[in-house]
Amino acid sequence: MRNVNRRELLSGTALVMFGTMAARARTVQGAIPWAPAAGAPPRPVLSGPWHFFTPAEGRTVEAIVDRIIPPDPEAPGGKDIGCAVFIDRQLAGPFGRAEGRYASGPFLTGTKEQGSQSRFDPAAQYRAAIRAVDAYSKQKFDGHAFVDLAAADQDAVVGAIEAGTLPIEDIDTKAFWTMLLKNTREGFFADPLYGGNHDMAGWKMLGFPGARYDHSDWIDRHNEPYPHPPIGITEAPLWSPGRPSGVSDGR
Amino acid sequence: MRKLPHKDVAIIGLGWTGAIMAHGLAEAGLDVIAIERGPWRDTASDFSPAYAPDELRYHIRHELFLRPAQMTLTFRNDARQTALPIRDWGAFMLGNGVGGGGLHWNAETWRFLPSDFVLKSHLTERYGATFIPKGMTIQDWGVTYDELEPHYDRFEYLCGTAGTAGNLKGAIQPGGNPFEGPRSRPYPTPAQKQPFSATLFAKAAGELGHQAFPQPSGNMSQAYTNPLGVTLGPCTFCGHCEWFGCGNYSKASPQTTILPALMRLPNVAARDNCEVLRILLDKTGKRATGVVFVDTDGEEWEQPADLVLSCAFTPFNVQMLMLSGVGRIYDPATKQGTIGRNFTHQVVSTAQAFFDPKTHRFNPFIASGAIGMCIDDFNGDNFDHGPLGFVGGGYLGQVQTNGRPIETTPVPAGTPTWGAKWKAAVKENYNSSVYAGSGVHASFYAYDDVFLDLDPTYSDRFGRPLMRMTMDFHENEHRMSAYLTDRYAEILKAMGARQVDKLPRTGHYNVADYQTSHLCGGAVMGTDPNTSAVNRYQQSWDVSNLFVIGASSFPQNAGYNPTGTVAALAYWTLEAITSQYLKRPGPLVQT
Repeated sequence: MRNVNRRELLSGTALVMFGTMAARARTVQGAIPWAPAAGAPPRPVLSGPWHFFTPAEGRTVEAIVDRIIPPDPEAPGGKDIGCAVFIDRQLAGPFGRAEGRYASGPFLTGTKEQGSQSRFDPAAQYRAAIRAVDAYSKQKFDGHAFVDLAAADQDAVVGAIEAGTLPIEDIDTKAFWTMLLKNTREGFFADPLYGGNHDMAGWKMLGFPGARYDHSDWIDRHNEPYPHPPIGITEAPLWSPGRPSGVSDGR
Repeated sequence: MRKLPHKDVAIIGLGWTGAIMAHGLAEAGLDVIAIERGPWRDTASDFSPAYAPDELRYHIRHELFLRPAQMTLTFRNDARQTALPIRDWGAFMLGNGVGGGGLHWNAETWRFLPSDFVLKSHLTERYGATFIPKGMTIQDWGVTYDELEPHYDRFEYLCGTAGTAGNLKGAIQPGGNPFEGPRSRPYPTPAQKQPFSATLFAKAAGELGHQAFPQPSGNMSQAYTNPLGVTLGPCTFCGHCEWFGCGNYSKASPQTTILPALMRLPNVAARDNCEVLRILLDKTGKRATGVVFVDTDGEEWEQPADLVLSCAFTPFNVQMLMLSGVGRIYDPATKQGTIGRNFTHQVVSTAQAFFDPKTHRFNPFIASGAIGMCIDDFNGDNFDHGPLGFVGGGYLGQVQTNGRPIETTPVPAGTPTWGAKWKAAVKENYNSSVYAGSGVHASFYAYDDVFLDLDPTYSDRFGRPLMRMTMDFHENEHRMSAYLTDRYAEILKAMGARQVDKLPRTGHYNVADYQTSHLCGGAVMGTDPNTSAVNRYQQSWDVSNLFVIGASSFPQNAGYNPTGTVAALAYWTLEAITSQYLKRPGPLVQT
């Protein structure tokens, strides 16, 4: 019987620290384990400059997400709501590193039923894709980068990602599109503490009440508009100075 | 490897079955150790209502789940393909940590039909043996509904399950499921209140001649104190249930029903963050002597024990047997061997219904995990399959658990997936559409070409081969899904929807698209050691002091969520151990 070697030990140790649960093996006896301040609240992202993107990359992603979810008179688009900031902070963190993904080879091409087999993490995929978007834009539109294109031409480029006809070196374009679309929607609808959904505009657009945890008094109220504004984990519109008068939480 | 002091019982995994067995055997006076791969999780420490409702963290980024880097499976549709690793979860989610799947489930607490337990005999008797499709390897369980009834009852009273009885000792009850097997007493708590969409579904189903009833729910309709003295609180319909922990003590889980009482027993200990590598056998290979586990320092420990219970999730129970050399691995070419045989999942489909926003306002975010109104008219063999050309069925229901907007923003078929039209459609339909992810929750019967074995290429971080799953849908399941989804869509249409988009299960089984986490079989129970890995008490045919407990025992999967039956089987096995095995250790069924 062999002992686990040092390398395996390190990887094994790291593995139980995914997410926010940094934990060591222990024996529990006599009562449910309890430690003060054991909870792991989420960490709100920091505002300020890009964490992962270069300034040029950031501008390109802002332009892309603003075509995926364009602004309209009633709700902001992907750029102003913060989808690019959201994606930037995600790519700078565990998601960008594909932490927790099964990353052992061999990396073979499979069927679509077998799921993604890419050897590249999301951060690397975005970096390659942004480069490819600009190369494609310049090739199709007289040397103009994506951010300089008219909206209709930008839509043509985004459509080429969706269709898989925009080549990205070493990356399956359609799989990247699936991720880009999902990340954009995440940025539009996730709790604002992650950098998107600015001012909960995504939730307000739907009438989704956010992080409210008790709808007991509404389960019986059928087919009525739900009147309460959303609340986030760390903020609420009602707490902001200059909020519209007459808007009440009702609680 | 260091050796620990001997225990009477070593339990692999501290989820529902591990907790039930640990409690029962400790009460019987045995010295019990439970060894859990993941971390301890507890309501007070881990599920603060202040930040529990976080769709990104828990649902999209899978905070509570096993990471594929820790352990995954490889997958292929058929044995001619090369299986590749599931690098990111898709079709199913695997729990990690104390509570297991019982922590992140929706708490849909069903019983299987009496005919489900004698499926092969029943179908053969009603339709003839030739009606069963070629290659389908369904079989009887070796245990009957009547034998399990007291154990279903015990689990429901542990959990405080909310529901309306449909059959009390043979008398059909108004408002309940008229197809269910007889129950000895009513549910411990009344059914949950229902939102607008479920109420409308029940009315429409009734108009079409079906009998709607509330889904049996482990989300509390009122406070409930169970026989162990543990109290649950009423559900607040927060709409963040499946894949989340509950901050209100409102969802039945090992944490909210057993663990507080269990951990106070002086003869119980648990280890968390310790992964069992294999079961140890003596030289004869017929007796387990304990388990080997590795802790977070990479240290290996031997835990000697008289009795070993494998209470891991389905594929990991099977993997534990294979890695430990218990039984013979199933070979699809020869059809010999039982370990890995009759592996199944669930055939889930749905339809989306879009209503006029001026007349319908559903507020889909007001929901619980096991909320909803269902019909059982098309489950199991509750309807005549003769003219239909398939076997199997499922419940249909408006069982929508949430309106969380990253996941649940249905748009009518034909809407672009991005751009101004997508955005407008999301806005228009969010509050006026109905979308239950598992509106059609149907059976997955067993086949000779759907199985688990050891992958020849890919291994886990300890160098152990991954489970290789070979799985595809068959024509029978496609026909069933089409038929059931049509019936479901008829009800949605009768609710007054202006558009109904059907989403039957078609094509190949796909590990990238979520279906349910109901993996079943692979170490199935039965009466014949040639076609089952464990006997009717979930006792290994090969190693009599090893019990393998969980949905891995299902010979095939029925059209219901499995947890109620998993727990009933655990109590059934617990009774067999305490009343028979401990008095005379050895095989409980002679071959």
